[in-house]
Amino acid sequence: MSQPVSTNVLLTADNLTCIREERVLFDELSFSVNAGDIIQIEGPNGAGKTSLLRILTGLSRPYDGRVCFQNQPIDQVSDEFRQALLYLGHKAGVKPELTAKKNLEVHLTLNGYENADLLAILSEVNLSGFEDSLAGHLSAGQHRRTSLARLWHTNAKIWILDEPFTAIDKRGVEHLENKFLKHADQGGCVILTSHQDLSVIPAERLKTIRLDAQED
Amino acid sequence: MWKWLHPYASPEKAYQLSTTLFPWFAVLGFSLTLIGTIWGLMFAPTDYQQGDSYRIIFIHVPAASMSMSVYVGMAIASFIGMVWQLKLADWSAAAMAPVGAVMTFIALITGSFWGKPMWGAWWVWDARLTSELILLFLYLGVIALYASFEDKVVAARAAGILAIVGVINIPIIKYSVDWWNSLHQGSTIKITEKSAITNDMLYPLLMNIFGFGLLIGAIVIMRFKAEIIARSGMRPWVKTMALEGENK
Amino acid sequence: MDKSNQLSYCRGFFTVLKRDVAIALRQRGDIFNPLLFFIMVITLFPLGIGPEPNTLARIAPGIIWVAALLSAMLSLERLFKADFNDGTLEQMLLSPQPLTILVLAKVLAHWILTGLPLVLISPLLALLLNLDHQAYLALVLTLLLGTPVLSLLGAIGVALTVGLNKGGVLLSLLILPLYIPILIFATSAIDAAGMSLPYDGQLAIIAAMLAGSLTMAPFAIGAALKVSTN
Repeated sequence: MSQPVSTNVLLTADNLTCIREERVLFDELSFSVNAGDIIQIEGPNGAGKTSLLRILTGLSRPYDGRVCFQNQPIDQVSDEFRQALLYLGHKAGVKPELTAKKNLEVHLTLNGYENADLLAILSEVNLSGFEDSLAGHLSAGQHRRTSLARLWHTNAKIWILDEPFTAIDKRGVEHLENKFLKHADQGGCVILTSHQDLSVIPAERLKTIRLDAQED
Repeated sequence: MWKWLHPYASPEKAYQLSTTLFPWFAVLGFSLTLIGTIWGLMFAPTDYQQGDSYRIIFIHVPAASMSMSVYVGMAIASFIGMVWQLKLADWSAAAMAPVGAVMTFIALITGSFWGKPMWGAWWVWDARLTSELILLFLYLGVIALYASFEDKVVAARAAGILAIVGVINIPIIKYSVDWWNSLHQGSTIKITEKSAITNDMLYPLLMNIFGFGLLIGAIVIMRFKAEIIARSGMRPWVKTMALEGENK
Repeated sequence: MDKSNQLSYCRGFFTVLKRDVAIALRQRGDIFNPLLFFIMVITLFPLGIGPEPNTLARIAPGIIWVAALLSAMLSLERLFKADFNDGTLEQMLLSPQPLTILVLAKVLAHWILTGLPLVLISPLLALLLNLDHQAYLALVLTLLLGTPVLSLLGAIGVALTVGLNKGGVLLSLLILPLYIPILIFATSAIDAAGMSLPYDGQLAIIAAMLAGSLTMAPFAIGAALKVSTN
């Protein structure tokens, strides 16, 4: 509760408790995320990493506690919060029946970005030449990249990414990590989970939150 | 911010309050129902038109009126749960659903028993019976939805939404069934001529209505307590309470 | 860094509408199967009851409407399923657009693809069932006003069950009771038309139900989706 109130606090977790199928995943978890932070959430499978991320986005409701965006509960400032949030979940959020380009276009339009240079954005994630292929025909990595392309055209300050590196090759991971660093330097924050170690982001930049499933 | 101020929003407090309230509801409800039923079945005067078969109203009418009230109560609790994000309200709604369904079922069965001597058939598509049957379907939908979710906290929220949608629809369904019935029905005997009821019949009936209400309250409280314990079995206060119980 | 960021609800609505239509056009089975189901259920009745024209004409309104209820329910089952499975539903919930508008667009797209064909083919089925010719207009009008209500109410049930693996039977338990008023007023309007009686009262009531569900159902659907994605 006694977090230092500073002006660049973006997201605060306040005594979060999560119970799934009558198992306590985490209890009274509090932390705050400032502008410039890159936070990795660690823990074994089933420790509640995805649950925590989904609670932070407001998709899931915690059993107890609350999440605040700039010190106000997210359900009270949900319009502002959703403008400031970019979440890429476990599921890519890509329609297999639409082309990569169309997928990106729908996403950007729904988030209020118009007249974006779709081809340039897709080339950032190495999808040049695949713009007009149906997403369902792309490889797993390309499928993932279609969804990651959103990071290259957004005003959102808070990035919450669930396993963003899944199916991405080594060079792609480095490219993404550089993007995260740049985003953090520009006053944003990144909260992510990953099973692989980060190579580009220096250890002193990276904060970690460790979740351990409580066994009792 | 109501949620943070309200003292009974914590499961522990709600559990304690329920424990205090339970005996009052149970004792009062049980004695009222007992007196009302004995009075109604054995001492109230015989109806000059329907003979003794009318006596089933002492069960039918309270059950029917409760079937409706419990649904409304469930919808109100769900609405509170949705607007103020109060888990406990959702849980109390979940505790009410099966009780209401049983009341609806009793009302249907007793209605059909009553129909046999009156209409000469166990079932007729009378407007009130039909509405009651649809109400039973609405209850069963809520119960089935609640049962389908693994995570009961989510289940209670989902069932709550359905209950709210249902309660908005109940007047529409009731109206349309009445209208449908008046359109298709040749002639039905109207069995409740409310004006003709004497005080000797009315008092035991009222006693039973209140008695049923309180008894239902007691059962719901009991189910609500079970619900709280089941949902917070891993919380420290439950463990403390269980240990205290052992030591006594 | 700063991207032009202007929210237009209207654009959000049409983006989702066009997206859903485009996806459905790639999977045409989703459009034709409910229609075929509707036709087949109706063909079963003369086979089960007998081909006597007067009997068929008498029960035609009820048969057509019950078949419409069932086919609407079956086709709705997939309304949110694909979006839920591939994660686009979460993205919609988190987008700054109001959820009610996106939901309304999805339901409208669904109705255009499955409800409207049903309305268009209904005179043909009325012909098969020997319905009075003066009741044709009433049939088409009740379906035109009534099937959107079926889609809107049904979408609430679909939204509640989208996260569950058990679909159809549970869904029917949830939403069929809510369909009863529509069934009653629609069939009675067609009956009245068949007897050359005025039926604008019934139509007005169905229109009122449409207005009511258009304004209220999107909120219920939105709330239900939030619970389902929890």
